[in-house]
Amino acid sequence: MVHDTQRMDAIAERMAEDEVAGRSLWADARSRFVKNKAAMFGLFLLIFVVLFALFGSHLAQWSNEELDYNVMGVVAQEGGPSMANGHYFGVDELGRDLFARTVQGTQVSLAVGFVGALVAVVVGTIYGATAGYVGGRVDQIMMRMVDILMAIPYMFVLILILVMYGRSMIALFVGLGLISWLEMSRIVRGQTLSLKNREFIEAARATGVSGVTIIRRHIVPNLLGVIAVYATLLVPLMILTESFISFLGLGVQEPLTSLGALISEGAGTIAYGTIWQLGFPLLFFCLTLFGFFFVGDGLRDALDPKDR
Amino acid sequence: MALLDIDNLDVAFDTPDGTVHAVNGLSLSLDRGETLGIVGESGSGKSQTAFAILGLLARNGRTSGSIKFDGEEILNAPPKVMNRIRAERIAIIFQDPMTSLNPYMKISDQMAEVLMLHRGMSKKNALAEAVRMLDAVRIPGAKDRIRLYPHEFSGGMRQRVMIAMSLLCQPDLLIADEPTTALDVTVQSQIMRLLQELQAEFGMATMLITHDLGVVAGFCERVTVMYGGRIMERAPTDPLFGKPTHPYTRGLLHAVPRVDQGQETMQAIPGNPPNMARPPKGCPFRPRCAFAGKDCAVMPPLEPAGDGRVRACHRPVEEVAA
Amino acid sequence: MLSYSIKRLALAIPTLLILIVVSFVLMYAAPGGPFTSERELPPEVLANLNAKYGLDQPLWRQILTYIWGIVTEFDFGPSFIYKDRTVNEIIAQGFPVTLTYGLLSFVVAVVVGVTLGVVAAIRQNSVLDYFAVGISIGAQVLPNFVMAPILVLTFTLWLGWLPGGGWQGGQWEYLIMPVIALSTSFMASIARITRSSMLETLNMNHIRTARAKGLPERRVILRHALKPAMLPVISYLGPAFVGMITGSVVVDVYFSTGGIGKAFVDSALNRDYAVMMGVTILMGALTIFFNLVVDILYGWIDPKIRY
Repeated sequence: MVHDTQRMDAIAERMAEDEVAGRSLWADARSRFVKNKAAMFGLFLLIFVVLFALFGSHLAQWSNEELDYNVMGVVAQEGGPSMANGHYFGVDELGRDLFARTVQGTQVSLAVGFVGALVAVVVGTIYGATAGYVGGRVDQIMMRMVDILMAIPYMFVLILILVMYGRSMIALFVGLGLISWLEMSRIVRGQTLSLKNREFIEAARATGVSGVTIIRRHIVPNLLGVIAVYATLLVPLMILTESFISFLGLGVQEPLTSLGALISEGAGTIAYGTIWQLGFPLLFFCLTLFGFFFVGDGLRDALDPKDR
Repeated sequence: MALLDIDNLDVAFDTPDGTVHAVNGLSLSLDRGETLGIVGESGSGKSQTAFAILGLLARNGRTSGSIKFDGEEILNAPPKVMNRIRAERIAIIFQDPMTSLNPYMKISDQMAEVLMLHRGMSKKNALAEAVRMLDAVRIPGAKDRIRLYPHEFSGGMRQRVMIAMSLLCQPDLLIADEPTTALDVTVQSQIMRLLQELQAEFGMATMLITHDLGVVAGFCERVTVMYGGRIMERAPTDPLFGKPTHPYTRGLLHAVPRVDQGQETMQAIPGNPPNMARPPKGCPFRPRCAFAGKDCAVMPPLEPAGDGRVRACHRPVEEVAA
Repeated sequence: MLSYSIKRLALAIPTLLILIVVSFVLMYAAPGGPFTSERELPPEVLANLNAKYGLDQPLWRQILTYIWGIVTEFDFGPSFIYKDRTVNEIIAQGFPVTLTYGLLSFVVAVVVGVTLGVVAAIRQNSVLDYFAVGISIGAQVLPNFVMAPILVLTFTLWLGWLPGGGWQGGQWEYLIMPVIALSTSFMASIARITRSSMLETLNMNHIRTARAKGLPERRVILRHALKPAMLPVISYLGPAFVGMITGSVVVDVYFSTGGIGKAFVDSALNRDYAVMMGVTILMGALTIFFNLVVDILYGWIDPKIRY
């Protein structure tokens, strides 16, 4: 999870400038974003994937649970993608409709990504803004803790938690949430530190506005750009993490599935020639990731066009 | 034969906002041992001229025209040719000593590599020579401090290191690109005095690029005034200061606070320097010029005006200099 | 430099201790753990555990015993599942394998990534540059668990050039696919970071100075640009290392290389917490050690942070 901290700094810097100058950064950013072909393509991919996740089940001829006894046992020969029997993406090893399963997997993966990013935004912002705003020893201790947590190979701990406390969606959300906010808090803290000494913050403090209000009214709005960019780039990382765990068979459990779990199933059966079982989940996995990466990069470039 | 002969130099940059014409049809020449000042506001093309001489333009830069050094054409010369001339025969001092020295290398290594490359010296001899040069630019304790990194020096000391480094091969031409702009006022005069002494000692031709007329007055024999990538006026220093014949030179002189003339004569030139991606038609100074007329929509040619002076202006000398 | 290194070390030790304590407490509190009565452990295992930790002792005593065992004897205690095997034996079996292909992947990712990035930056907007940029964008969506099946599909099932798995003492044909699967996405990230950092460096003032000295371009890049351009890459090596350690689990599972990752996943499926903890702590220690090396390397390159 590496992000260009300098670019993030630059974004926050611009937002603060614009608050002072009273210009509309967001309007400028939107016009730049719309002109960015890669970003618009990414947005198009994302809209497509989200629509697929939301309404795909209405198109499916089969539910994600029922077994198609016609193709069972002859999956490799008869289970491929076919319009005739309504299995647009073919069927999986057990004879379940892969289209419906992919819709479900996309839903789960997107949910995991959004929840992970949401936790990061909420916890990371509060934690980072507090550390940066309070400063001094509190800041030292809070950030040292983040340093320590970041040095831990989180995937192992995450799996440890999942195994020990049950492989449910809740455990997954909690586990992802535990690690996702760390880098966010660092970025937010750095920005808060530099914002803290700006004139408009000092003016607010001098007139007796409370710390919490200053953070909420003056600091957080100036960080929105950074947070938006980072959150957008965090979603695919969360999806990647979940998919990794699911690939190992340690993620969400049946009958639930995710793109990672479907890729895992598909990868396990390629030797039998059922390539569609790998191909379709992989396609949606790649589309989703590309969408988020392109939109995130585009957002960053739109908010900080310096090196364009 | 002049040491440096620039003829009709154009420098342009391709940017997303269009082509920026930084230097337009610039011609000037410089003799051995001569000191020439190039004066202009930021964006007037003076630094880009210096970079073009050494072939140091940014990647998107394009040039045309001719630059002859000691009779040899060096504009767009292959790297092999340029690398023999750089530092060895033409050296340059940059504006910002903070970032122009390599922050990740000791001063000793940065200086020694110049001599090892151009003079084929051993590391030991190169270091000894480098220390001698640091002594020459009056860095106290040079023998020990040469082992330090740039960030361990103050701004003025860093610029002294930069100067020492540029003089290592005793070049024929030294280009000083705003050598004092990034420094404190008190340090500025020290550095200028040092440059003057070194120039007298080593006798190299010097091209001093600056926006500060005061710096030029004490240093240069001749001054070229640039605006919008073009030469506005060129003259020996005393006549130029005594009797500016170009509206822009006049404006520049009035914008300098002078102790001997009292406060009320100091006035800034109204308006802003032109956007070089969309320069005004004709004379680039026209939009800000108090003397401008309709004929200024055509760029006036550089024409002699007596006393070794040339100027590019449609208005007669008497009208402007009055 | 020395005091800087000591400061870094001073941060590394508590990090490791916290990792050990956190994992132990997690295990202790876990439902179905060995320290609760919910789960029936084989009597021999229980006896092993009792001998090792003294299960009637309070939690802090048990933690201390555990840490003491790791620090003094590098002993991670007995397995929860196998009555006659210790965690050490299980780890010792897979660790050399993981280390072999892991280090190889790391070297491949760094060498190929940096070379690709530097060349792309020097030849900006050339075909080679577009190729490098294209790869690094594409590889963002090709993590190890995607690469692995694609590789097997291509080289084993279609072309039949390489064996689909196994180890055979690390013969080269068994190494190729694990190394490619593990290194691709990191190689791409390193190439991307190197390229943009090199481009930025080449625009710096001190590079212009180096050119003005008449240095040949090769020397300008190798001697003046490479060091500063490497700084962001070095910061990325820490996360990359963690990512590769983590990714080795996928490689072990998918290619049956027999590394430590397989032991980890098996123990996860068997709920053999002792092995899981042992692997986690070992990987954590490796990570922390590696981050220490990276920090010191960083300080060595950048004289300004050696305070």
